[in-house]
Amino acid sequence: MNFLQSITKALREEMQQDPNIYMLGEDVAVGGPYGATRGLAEEFGENRVINTPIAEGTVVGLAIGAALQGLRPVVEIMFVDFITLAMDQLVNHAAKLRYMSGGQLRVPLTIRTACGVSGAWGAHHSQSLEAWLAHVPGLKVVMPSSAADAEGLLRAAIRDDNPVVFVEHRALYYQTDELASDSFELGRAQVRRPGQDVTVIATGRMVRVALEAAEELAESGIEAEVIDPRTLQPLDLETLARSVRKTTRAVIVHEAVVPGGIGAEIAAQLQAAAFDYLDAPIERVGAPFAPVPASPSLEAAYVPNKTSVVAAVKKISKKA
Amino acid sequence: MAATIDQAVASSLLRTMFLIRTFEEKVSEMYAKVEIAGLLHLSIGQEAVAAAIGSLLRREDAMYSGHRAHGHALAKGADPGRLLAEIAGKAAGYCGGKGGSMHLSAPEVSFMTATGVVGGTIPLALGSALAFKERGEGNVAVVFFGDGAMNGGSFSESLNIAGLWKLPVIFVCENNGYAEFTPISAHTLVERASDHATLFHIPAVTVDGNDLLAVREAAEPAISRGRSGEGPSLVECLTYRLRGHYEGDPNKYRELSEMAEWKAKDPILRFAAWAKKQKLVNAKQAEGLEAEVRELITQAEHFARTGPASSPDAVATQVYA
Repeated sequence: MNFLQSITKALREEMQQDPNIYMLGEDVAVGGPYGATRGLAEEFGENRVINTPIAEGTVVGLAIGAALQGLRPVVEIMFVDFITLAMDQLVNHAAKLRYMSGGQLRVPLTIRTACGVSGAWGAHHSQSLEAWLAHVPGLKVVMPSSAADAEGLLRAAIRDDNPVVFVEHRALYYQTDELASDSFELGRAQVRRPGQDVTVIATGRMVRVALEAAEELAESGIEAEVIDPRTLQPLDLETLARSVRKTTRAVIVHEAVVPGGIGAEIAAQLQAAAFDYLDAPIERVGAPFAPVPASPSLEAAYVPNKTSVVAAVKKISKKA
Repeated sequence: MAATIDQAVASSLLRTMFLIRTFEEKVSEMYAKVEIAGLLHLSIGQEAVAAAIGSLLRREDAMYSGHRAHGHALAKGADPGRLLAEIAGKAAGYCGGKGGSMHLSAPEVSFMTATGVVGGTIPLALGSALAFKERGEGNVAVVFFGDGAMNGGSFSESLNIAGLWKLPVIFVCENNGYAEFTPISAHTLVERASDHATLFHIPAVTVDGNDLLAVREAAEPAISRGRSGEGPSLVECLTYRLRGHYEGDPNKYRELSEMAEWKAKDPILRFAAWAKKQKLVNAKQAEGLEAEVRELITQAEHFARTGPASSPDAVATQVYA
């Protein structure tokens, strides 16, 4: 079962067991652009799998109101690039109503959205904006990297009583799973590859890139421990710090631009938690500080790859 | 229109307007004494809208508001003491002091939330309405907003979806002629919210918002349509705030003559005079209501003033459920 089929499975089975789950989004009743919601309208009816106009801000606001009334809406925002249109509702209401109401209200809302570079789709269909979201108190942010996590973490997101943004990298949709997870609890990192020389923390599709880089590094005698945070908010600092105390070196890899990326926050937390153990500055690998380009040749130059991760590891490695 | 109102209803409506006016005069007084901090938007002069709509709602009907929300919450049945304590930043407030004047929430009476973002709660009301439609219990969602929200996307987008999905939502525009310090004519060529609604095939009416009976007469069929599955409606109430946009607003953008003209149209005086003439509420009864409300507000003030401030320990609690 691939990543996308795992999403559909989680949605279907959650909807079967909880009649309060409603799906909303552009084209969801006809399966969505990738087929993630295919068959759901037929099974659950178009009153529960609702095609919406292209009006992301109002659709998210509507889902918030429905959540306040006891429903558990799952909204699909086709591309995370368009979450910009819903940031007001997401940041000012979904995230804050619990707090602003002094704990009287809850917003059990899940937003599924596709991110990342794939296929030369250019600056408005390829971004990685997760750091913005992780900066907002009240939101949870999940970035699955495997089919197993796509299913397990989506179930956890839907069952969570808080607004959760579930960010799916488009290039992972047809990935068939070979990565297993120990748990599907939000806020738990997963060690993807054990190693003792350097910790490589990677998110979303970059987990795959980091694992490829680790194989190459092993050939030069560097054993990298690859860790996938899986949820950026809450962040499992303990698992990351435990690894860094062991390896004494860390590289953080994400597809988002480096300045202000989630890597900055992870690095800051790691240096506070494991400063005395570090033998080198924490290195960050990500996209250059530029919008996502359209041309395939520029796109290839934009996205971090095995070579850039290997280079970053070697830069801070004693065996370099 | 008089035929639809009996003595009990007339008394209740008059009492609600007294309550809102007295409450907000107290807020103003406490702000002047620096017993309340923050950005306060009073609805003095607009009480008829809240009182009329509130009187037609069930406890389960969801209500949402904007930044000028005190009167709406009171009309929905929120407790004046806990509201005043919230506005005063006290632990015993509805939200433990975390919301304040612009983010009141009293879900025990289905006053869901208010917002500091103009037009921000309009889509939320659609969400409550979607849940109500699915459950089929005949409840409705009501959202109050001002003319300033008419020109934002969330209003138009919400009209579109509410009409398309026949959601039981009542859009109540309190058109007070000014978006903050700017007259409506400087913001749009479409000066009536009802014109927007009509474009989206939503039944809409514009009424004198200082005439409580006119508001009630317009809102009654709108709410009935919502309850019976006939979809959304919009009620636009032309009104006027007798105070500034916020407490402390020097109010230089309005002519004194204009303000005097609207003061003469005070909705409380108008309704009280009408009710007396119709022999629904006599002078003595009106005085009695006023005295009862004053006592209630005195108690609310005592509750708000004497309770402890929100504890610093709570600053980062209740962020997540």
